[in-house]
Amino acid sequence: MLTLTRTFRRVIGRAVAVPAPTTKATTARGRALETPPIDIAPNDPILAYFHAGSGAVAIDELQLDSPAVAALRAAGVKLVVPLISQGELIGLLNLGRRLSDQDYSTDDRRLLEKLAAQASPAVRVAQLVREQEAEVRARERIEQELRVAQLIQQQFLPKTLPDLPGWQIAAFYRAAAEVGGDFYDFIPLSDGKIGLVVGDVSGHGVPAALVMATTRSVLRTEAPRLIAPSKILERANELLHADIPQNMFVTCLFAVLDPKTGSLRYANAGHDLPFVRRGTEVEELRATGMPLGAMPGMVYVEKEATLGPGDVILLHSDGLAEAHDPSHAMFGFGRMRTLMGGLGIGEELIEGLMDSLRTFTGPAWEQEDDITLVTLARTPGAVGEHVLAEFRESSAPGNERKIMERVAAVVRDVGLEPKRLERLKTAVSEAAMNAIEHGNHGDAELPVHVRVSTTPSELVVRIVDNGGGREIPEAQTPDLEAKLAGLQKPRGWGLFLIKNMVDDLRTRTTETHHTVELVMRLGGKETRE
Amino acid sequence: MTTTESAVRYEGGTAVVDLPAQIDSTAEHALNDSYAAAIAHGAKTVLLNFAGVDFLSSTGIALIVGILARARKDGRAITASGLSDHYKEIFEITRLADFMTIYADEKTALGGVK
Repeated sequence: MLTLTRTFRRVIGRAVAVPAPTTKATTARGRALETPPIDIAPNDPILAYFHAGSGAVAIDELQLDSPAVAALRAAGVKLVVPLISQGELIGLLNLGRRLSDQDYSTDDRRLLEKLAAQASPAVRVAQLVREQEAEVRARERIEQELRVAQLIQQQFLPKTLPDLPGWQIAAFYRAAAEVGGDFYDFIPLSDGKIGLVVGDVSGHGVPAALVMATTRSVLRTEAPRLIAPSKILERANELLHADIPQNMFVTCLFAVLDPKTGSLRYANAGHDLPFVRRGTEVEELRATGMPLGAMPGMVYVEKEATLGPGDVILLHSDGLAEAHDPSHAMFGFGRMRTLMGGLGIGEELIEGLMDSLRTFTGPAWEQEDDITLVTLARTPGAVGEHVLAEFRESSAPGNERKIMERVAAVVRDVGLEPKRLERLKTAVSEAAMNAIEHGNHGDAELPVHVRVSTTPSELVVRIVDNGGGREIPEAQTPDLEAKLAGLQKPRGWGLFLIKNMVDDLRTRTTETHHTVELVMRLGGKETRE
Repeated sequence: MTTTESAVRYEGGTAVVDLPAQIDSTAEHALNDSYAAAIAHGAKTVLLNFAGVDFLSSTGIALIVGILARARKDGRAITASGLSDHYKEIFEITRLADFMTIYADEKTALGGVK
C-alpha cells in the first residue's frame, strides 16, 4: 500500500532533473537542467504506477489519465526513475531528452535504475535529517515561548516576603513545564494590614501569564482603595471580564490580615479553599463566589476568621492536590489536610508537603500544573526559640554573599559584638557556598533554605540544601606547606574556616538534605578568643 | 561599585596590586593577571593591597595560596597590606600570615616597617 509521506510531497515539489547519460561524461557535467517543481496529487494514478516497482518509466509511452504525467511531459521530462526506499516512494529522478536526441537504451535504463537503487537510501537519510532539523526548530520555538511565559510570571511574583512581626511567612512556587497561570502576592494596606492573594489563571503559557500579570495589577490597584476582599473581587471581576479573552478566567482567594489582632477577612472567587490549623485540628475556610472574568455582575461572600497564637494558614493552588501518581490516583485535598495536621510551620510545612508529593508521585513524575503554597503562622506566645527570619535563595553563583548580607541584617539587634558578627558572616557565606556548590551542585533551580533563630543562650543560623545521601566531611586542618609546594591543590579551606569562625558547628545529613547549623553563644560569655 | 579588575602600580622594586573589592572566584583572572604582569615587569616583591577589599571567601584564600606557591617557585616575595582586623584574623587562622609579611598599610609596607 502506498503511503504518501510529508517528505515525499516535499521532494516531489522539487523534482530534480539530471542530464541524460552520454558517452562523454565531461560534457554531461554542468548541464543539469532544472524542471519547475511538479506537484503530484496524492490520488494521482501515476503514484501507484511508480510504486509498483516498474523501474525507469518512459513518460511519452504512458497511457494514464494523470495530471502529473501531463506536467512532466510539459516540462520536457522523457524518463522518470522512481526512488524507492524500504517500500516507500521518496522521490523521482527526472531526465530530459538525451543530448544525442536518441531514445534511452536498455543499458541506459539499467544504469539509471542501479543509480536510483543506490541513491534512494542516501536521499532518504538526507530527508530524515532535514525532518529532524525541522522538528528541533519547532521544539526550540515552543521552548522559547515557554521561557517568555516563565519570565513574565517570575517578573510578577513577589521577590521577597513581607516582614510581619509575630508572624512567620513562607511561600513556594514551582512552574510546571508548560507554565500554568499560578500567582500569589502580598499587598501592603493601610494600618499595617496586608492583602494575601493566591490565584490560578485558566490555560497555560504566554496567554495565561499575561492574564496573570493583568490580574495582579488590577488587584494591586484596587485593594488599597477598597480594602474589603468581597468588594476587591467584585471590582476585579468587572475589569477582567472586559479585558481578558473569552473563555479564560481566574480563580482567586483574597484575604486581608491584620497582623496585630490575627483577624482575617476573606473572599473567594472559585479558588481552592485555604486550610487553617489550630492545634492539630485542620479546617477549611469556606466562602463562595465565581471565578473572575467569567461573567459580569458577580457578588462575593465575605467572611472573617481569627488566627490565634500558634495557628497556621495555608493558601494553595490545585497543582499539589491534583498531582497524580503513576497509577493515576490523585494526591488529594484530604491528604494535604491530614499532612498539615502533623507538619511544622513555614518552610518545614512546605518542605513536608513537597517531600510527601515526591514520595507519592515517584521519581519519574512530570509536574502537571504549577504548584503554589503560601503559609503564615502566628508565633506562639510561649517563649523558647525565637525565629528571626526564614527565607530561601536560589543556588545561583554569588548568592552566598546575598545570604550573608541578609543574615547580617537580621541579626543586627541580637547583640553580637562586631568582631563576632564578622566571623559569623564569613561562616554563613562559606556554608552557603558549600550548599550552593556541593549540596545543590550549582543547580539554580534548587533552593538554599536559611533560618535564623535565637534562644536565650545562642544564635543559630541553619542552612539547608538539597544534597543529602553523603555525609558532610569533618573539618580538617589544611596542609598549607603541601599546598605551597604544589603537592596539594590550593583549595579546601571552607569547612576549616567555618569551624574556626563559630562557637559550634552542627551538621545533619538525611536522604535528601544537608543541614548545617552555625551557632554563636549569646550572653557575653565568649568561649573562644 | 564592585570592580573585578585589580590594578598594578610600581614603587621601586615593589609591585603594588590594588585588589578588587571581592576576592572570590570572580577575582581569579584579575589576581593571576596582576601577578603575571608584576613578574614580567621585574618586581622582586608583590604587595597585595587589601585596602579596598570588603569580601574574602575561601575561594579567594585558595587564589592567594596559589599566588604564594607561584611566587615561591619564581623566587619572589609576597606581602600584604590594608587587611581589616577580621581578614587579618583569617590570615592568622589559615597560617597565611606565616608565609607573607602583613603590613598595616601601604605606606609602612613600602617603608619596610612592619
